Amino acid sequence: MKPKIYINSISSITAQSRDKEESPVSYYKSIFPAISPNYKDYIKPMTLRRMSKAIKMGISAAKMALQEAEIENPDAIITGTGEGCKQDTEKFLENLIDQDEQLVTPTSFIQSTHNTVGGQIALNLGCKNYNLTYTQNSASLESALFDTYLQFLETSGKKSVLVGGVDELSEKITGFRNLDGQLKTGKIHNLDLFKEASAGTITSEGAHFFILSTEKSGNCYAEFKDISIKNSIEPEQINAEVENFLHKNNLGIDAIDAIVLGKNGDNRYDYYYSILQDSLFKNTLQLGYKHLVGDYDTASGFAVYLACKILKSGSISSVMKLNTLRPGKIKNILIYNQYLGSDHSLILLSAV
Amino acid sequence: MNKGVAVTGMGIISAIGNNIEENYRSLLASNSGIGCSEFLKTTHTNIPVAEIKIANETLSKHLNLSKNHSFTRAALLGSLAAKEAIEQAGIKIDDETGFISGTSVGGMDATENHFKEFVAGKADNKRFIRSQHPGFTTEKMAEYFGITGFVSTISTACSSGANAIMLGARMIKAGKLKRVIVGGTDCLTKFTLNGFNALMILSNNPCRAFDEHRNGLNLGEGAAYLVLEAEDILNGKPVLGRLKGYGNANDAFHQTASSENGEGAYLAMQEAIKSAGITPGEIDYINAHGTATKNNDLSESRAIQRIFEAGIPDFSSTKAFTGHSLAAAGALEAVYSLLSLSKQEIYPNLNFSQAMPETGLKPVTEVKQKKLNLVLSNSFGFGGNCTSLIFAKDEA
Repeated sequence: MKPKIYINSISSITAQSRDKEESPVSYYKSIFPAISPNYKDYIKPMTLRRMSKAIKMGISAAKMALQEAEIENPDAIITGTGEGCKQDTEKFLENLIDQDEQLVTPTSFIQSTHNTVGGQIALNLGCKNYNLTYTQNSASLESALFDTYLQFLETSGKKSVLVGGVDELSEKITGFRNLDGQLKTGKIHNLDLFKEASAGTITSEGAHFFILSTEKSGNCYAEFKDISIKNSIEPEQINAEVENFLHKNNLGIDAIDAIVLGKNGDNRYDYYYSILQDSLFKNTLQLGYKHLVGDYDTASGFAVYLACKILKSGSISSVMKLNTLRPGKIKNILIYNQYLGSDHSLILLSAV
Repeated sequence: MNKGVAVTGMGIISAIGNNIEENYRSLLASNSGIGCSEFLKTTHTNIPVAEIKIANETLSKHLNLSKNHSFTRAALLGSLAAKEAIEQAGIKIDDETGFISGTSVGGMDATENHFKEFVAGKADNKRFIRSQHPGFTTEKMAEYFGITGFVSTISTACSSGANAIMLGARMIKAGKLKRVIVGGTDCLTKFTLNGFNALMILSNNPCRAFDEHRNGLNLGEGAAYLVLEAEDILNGKPVLGRLKGYGNANDAFHQTASSENGEGAYLAMQEAIKSAGITPGEIDYINAHGTATKNNDLSESRAIQRIFEAGIPDFSSTKAFTGHSLAAAGALEAVYSLLSLSKQEIYPNLNFSQAMPETGLKPVTEVKQKKLNLVLSNSFGFGGNCTSLIFAKDEA
């Protein structure tokens, strides 16, 4: 018997401020950083100094989610990160190349592994429970959510799982995206991302953490219904894939009140989204978000965060709307994401 | 009754052989793969490593890859090992076939080779830009085998491969997949060699796991994969062994060092034993993590003593054969554990002479024939990530 899974708390650190949804921040570059919260509220100043932004964002977002759910020690910590701790990786790599492998110090190596954030959260909380880190490009957070989902399907006795995604920018490695066509060239304004008919996208960084639980809290945002990950899908199969996923959940297209799409303005791959927009979801409210927070491997955390807020509050910021439909009460939201035509994911959330 | 998830195929490439048969022969003959680096272009030529003596070009030819492919060395090694596993299992890749791979540094070999070019804005080798990120290596392998369904990568440092095997079994048990290829791959890189060297935990000699005079690990490279299949599709197919239990815990002690009493290791082994539905006394042999660092071996020994109060089972570390192949270690050792079960023998812990005074524990130091039903395999990593797997002989 499949238990009900609830999202009891959410947190988000991105290039947008959390309180000003209707007046988003404009960026005129293809790479822009996340707005830092006051890290000292979450991390001891002494340890803060040595931490890269991914670690700082990850621990802070994790703590925000834990505090909101009033949980001190989750039964599992599951982290997704596509590119891991790039800042420390870059530092160590440059050091060893510049110094021809001589007199290299270990600090940045220690903090370069992909499981650093997950490990640091465990260390910070003193949490000895299940701990895993996934790193599957744009399906990294989704892999972590999938594991979380499995945890509850199994009779493992786990009640609350801290799950989230984090990715950071680094000076050089992120910049390499300019060389292989991942980023837009020339003049760009993030808020006009969907008006562009060109290759590449814009990128940023951020962290999103959630408490998923089999126990519904008074603060609960949404029910986590299902998740699917597929490495590759032929464009002509995307409709069937979505229908199949909904069918497994005994839902028709009509039951979906809004679809959140990972459109990123890259005209080489956005057709996966346009196919859905023009066919199955023609009469459904369509939402986008990557013009606000950029595209990075765990940017879809922002989609989950927004969907949770919409399902709880019922209000939708106009800056997200890709069409002009006005739905009634929002009950079911579908989230679809892919990057460069790979690592497709579907997430289904419902109002509680 | 927990039968465990069936293993129907396995494949491996390591410094002691390019396939299962070669690895087996080396284990039996106590032939270590530790030596000097020839293919890894490092200035630290005095540090011994367990290198696979095949160039990337040759590996690419074995896989019939086109000239301008973007396979990293980890993807090349991984594909060869997975190919052997898939062929043995005789599976057809379909929608319900998943692929879960563990890797710690993924395509770092390509990144460190091309980093300077990329910084200078040279785009000739731009196909390797994304290779730095572990998911890329997994995706190349998925592409090679035509796996389009569930594909994911686990990166929990040195426990990645073991965690990938655990996740695969969980997905089959939950009915999410019919068959899944699970394991890990990592190649030697300057990045990891210099990292471990800076941490001063590399030995200048072949490693001596669990010995009083152990003085560090040897880095290695390799890949190993298992094919796991759901019960209802076996159709009488030979089963090599079963994954009966698994446990995952975090030491929550230090980013790189293990706690003195091995709390994370203890919890992982405890959970594995519980999930297998057995008692500690039923474990016949432990393939230990045993990296031969001062810290790991003491911590793991203490955890083993705490779990097996009534008597310590036979144990050995096979790191002196293969070096520490990071994310691949748990997968390599899963293969060795399954070999132990099928051949009913324990492979030795090389280079051991004197037990550490703190515990007095002595590993098995020569090939030992023994009735084996249950084997425990440990993998621990940076970030406090600890995972234990329990393999069982098939009771068909």
